[in-house]
Order: sequence, then C-alpha cells, then structure tokens
Amino acid sequence: MTLADNHIVSSFDDDLNELSDKLAEMGGLCEKLVGESVDALIRRDIPLARRVIDWDRQIDRLQHEIEEHGILTIAKRAPVAIDLRQVVAALRIANDLERIGDLAKNIAKRVVALDGAFQPPKLAAGVAHIADLTLAQLKEVLDAYTRRDDKRALEVWSQDGEIDALYNSLFRELLTYMMEDPRNIGFCAHLLFCAKNIERIGDHATNVAETVYYVVHGTALTEDRPKAELMSAELGD
Amino acid sequence: MDVSAASVAKSAPGRAVAGQPGVSPDPKIIARDVNVYYGEKHALKNVTVDVPEKAVMAFIGPSGCGKSTFLRCINRMNDTVASARVTGLIQIDDQDIYDPSLDVVQLRARVGMVFQKPNPFPKSIYENVAYGPRIHGLARSKAELDEIVESSLKKASLWNEVKDRLGDTGTGLSGGQQQRLCIARAIAVSPEIILMDEPCSALDPIATARVEELIEEIRRNYTIVIVTHSMQQAARVSQRVAFFHLGVLVETGQTEKIFTSPEDKRTQDYITGRFG
Repeated sequence: MTLADNHIVSSFDDDLNELSDKLAEMGGLCEKLVGESVDALIRRDIPLARRVIDWDRQIDRLQHEIEEHGILTIAKRAPVAIDLRQVVAALRIANDLERIGDLAKNIAKRVVALDGAFQPPKLAAGVAHIADLTLAQLKEVLDAYTRRDDKRALEVWSQDGEIDALYNSLFRELLTYMMEDPRNIGFCAHLLFCAKNIERIGDHATNVAETVYYVVHGTALTEDRPKAELMSAELGD
Repeated sequence: MDVSAASVAKSAPGRAVAGQPGVSPDPKIIARDVNVYYGEKHALKNVTVDVPEKAVMAFIGPSGCGKSTFLRCINRMNDTVASARVTGLIQIDDQDIYDPSLDVVQLRARVGMVFQKPNPFPKSIYENVAYGPRIHGLARSKAELDEIVESSLKKASLWNEVKDRLGDTGTGLSGGQQQRLCIARAIAVSPEIILMDEPCSALDPIATARVEELIEEIRRNYTIVIVTHSMQQAARVSQRVAFFHLGVLVETGQTEKIFTSPEDKRTQDYITGRFG
C-alpha cells in the first residue's frame, strides 16, 4: 500500500499528503491528551487537567481543518478509487479522533470537579491499567494508519475485547468499593465514568482500525468483532 | 472478480458461463477472443466481454488503447477500413454479426452510432431524422414519418426546442442541440443498441448534462455502449465499465466497484491519474 504519490498532477499528491499530515498531528495530540488526562486523574494534578481541557481546542481545530481540506479536495479533484478512500478515511478518522479528544477532556473535567475529594490511590489503579491498554491500542492503530497496514489494524480491532473485559471487571471492583464504604461512592462513580470514557476511546480506536482496513481493501470489515458482554455487566447481572 | 489479461486469453469462444471474467448473465452483446489488426499493428488483443441488455456500459482507457476500435467492431464499421482485419466472435442476441450472410446495412439499423463531433446532414432538422426511417422503409405514409420524427425528437429531448422550425437546417443548431439531433437520428430507425464514441467531448457542461440526462432516460429501452475520456462521465452514466489498456481488456466490473476499488493496478493508476 503506497501513500499519495505519482499523480500526474503533483498538487493532488500534496492535497492528499496534507490530509495525512494533519491527521498524524491530530493523532499525536490525541495520544498525548488521553495519556495526560489519565495522569492527571491518577496523580490528582489539577493544573495538568486544566491544560488537557485547553488542548482539546487544538484537536477540534484540526478536525475542522481536515474536514474543510477534505471537502475541498473532493470538490477540486473528484477523487476516485484509492484517492477517494483516502479522503473519506481522513474525514472519518478525524471524527473519531475528535471524539477521543472530547472523552479525554471529559476525564480531565472530572479531575477538576473532584477537587480535593480524592480517595486512596489504590481505587484508581484499575483505571490506570485499562488506560494503559487503551493508549497502546490507540498508538498501534495510528501507526497502522500511517503505514496503511491492514494487518496491524486488524490486530487492534480484534483486541478491543480485552478492553471491554477489563472494563467489566473494573465495574465489579468499583461496585465492591462502593458497597464497602458509602463514602467512596462519589469518587468511584466518577472513576466509573472515566473508565467508561476510556472504554469508549477503545471503541473509537477500533473504528479507526476498520477505516484503515477500508482504505487498503475498499470493502468494509464484515466479520463480527469478538466482544465481552458489556451490557450485562452494566446492568449488574 | 473480473478480467485479468491472462484469463481473457484463455477463455474459449462461444456462449460462456457467467462467472467467467468479463462475462455476465443474459448479455445483449457477447464478444469472445476478438482480435483486430490494422495491417501489421495488433490493435486489439483477445477481448472477451459481455455487454448487458438495456443498460449503459462505458469503455474507458487512454488514447490508442483499442476502446474505439472495439466499439467499431460492434456495428462493423471497421469493414470500411481497408487494412483492418477482425478475428474472434461477436454476437448480438446469439447472432454472429460477422457471418458472411449477414446484411451489414440491416445490422447498422439495429446498432446506431453517435460520434464525437455532431455530424448532422446538411439538410433540414426534419430530414435529418426522417432520412433513416425512409431508406429503411419504416414509414408507410407521410403521417407515419411525421410521427416517427416527432417521437424521436421527443425521446432525444429536442422536440420543444425545434418543433417550430423543423425546416431549418440541422447544422444551424448549437453543438449540444446538434448532438441530440444525431441521437434522435440514431433513435429514429428503432435500433436495439446505440454506440456512442465520446458523444460529449465537444460540448459545454450544460449540453453535456442534457446528453447525460438523455442517456439516463433512454437506457431503459436501449443497450448503450459509450466510449468516454471523462472518468466522471463514465461513473455518472454507466452501470458497467470496461477498462482497456494497450489493446487489452484489463478489467470489467460494476461501475461502483471500478471507481471505488478496482482490482487491477493499471485500472487504478489510470482512473486516479497516476503514471501507468
């Protein structure tokens, strides 16, 4: 799979490469935001959380730029086949990354809202673990996009079940803490939302994986992704 | 899964089975191992393809790839080129059109053609359309001929623009109108197939849109094969696409498939504007 090159009209290459470059920048920023929002949560670092909230604006701006540039490229170049897939993929992935940024921002906002109400750090250990796994998935899928590597994308895609399973066990764990001591309830509820946000970030990473597969093959991934029984855990069965 | 050059070369002549490269069920035109030579030059190599009935099939490819050559085989226009030699099988409705007993004039009444440059006869608008039906004896009376002229011009979406000046000369119309007049002229002899060789390349975008709209309307009743250099036009008007390169049919497939994820790299390079 090659990147945009070799068009007879070389400025067409420039257009497609600019989309890829902006997306790479946006992806890097997302990784940073997710990592730092969880750091802020674990280390109870409110100034860092505020910075994360602020950085999300850059992600929104990049998404806007990618969308405008993508639409302009469609209007100007009428791309087909691989070129069309590249543009559509850039638009889709930018949407997923924008959502990831929002979810990270939401974690940071909770850190700010929790101001002072922190409980023993062991409660947050489970969240740190699921965050590490999700961040690794996000890194991997962004790499897979950069290299248009469908195999790596497929790996990410099939590993999302682990995040779901981890979220389920974390749900039960936090439930135990809440039953143990009602004073934990407020904090644990926030943690649960953070964990849910992280689990959603994992879902967006699998969306990106599906898009990478689409860019390479021109068809959608059709098999069913291995999934943990998320709903039953949430419903407390 | 569609054509690759190698598998085309292997396919046998005769009514082939669906699923074979380039072959579709229930086609109007079938071509098997068609080769065309202009003197020493081997212009078309082992082309095997089916053209579906009452649909639009677009032939695309760079200049000199053989697409127009193949188009001209379908109504035996290559007969008029002294050095041209055609081998292989082309059938319309199971009838071999290169059968020596076949009447070529009748064939060309069944297979109409519209050219790149509008070429109305230097006669009145009425006569341009009436000429074909008259020489083929399709009208028994003046009233019937009037009827054919009117319905053909209506089908070609030209009637409203010319109904008050049918006696004016056809060459006095605008380029787009002339092209639609040529389409009306082709339709007038009730063909089953209409071949179009870059019908819009001399037209402005609005006239092009009118012709494309017309193609969309008439495709329900005719089998249309269009050669075009405009990828966008092929994507807009056709249901199937065949990509030719260096005299070889590289790939055929559903239009959506060809323009979103073609199988062959040469097709992809061509339609996306890359160096082939």
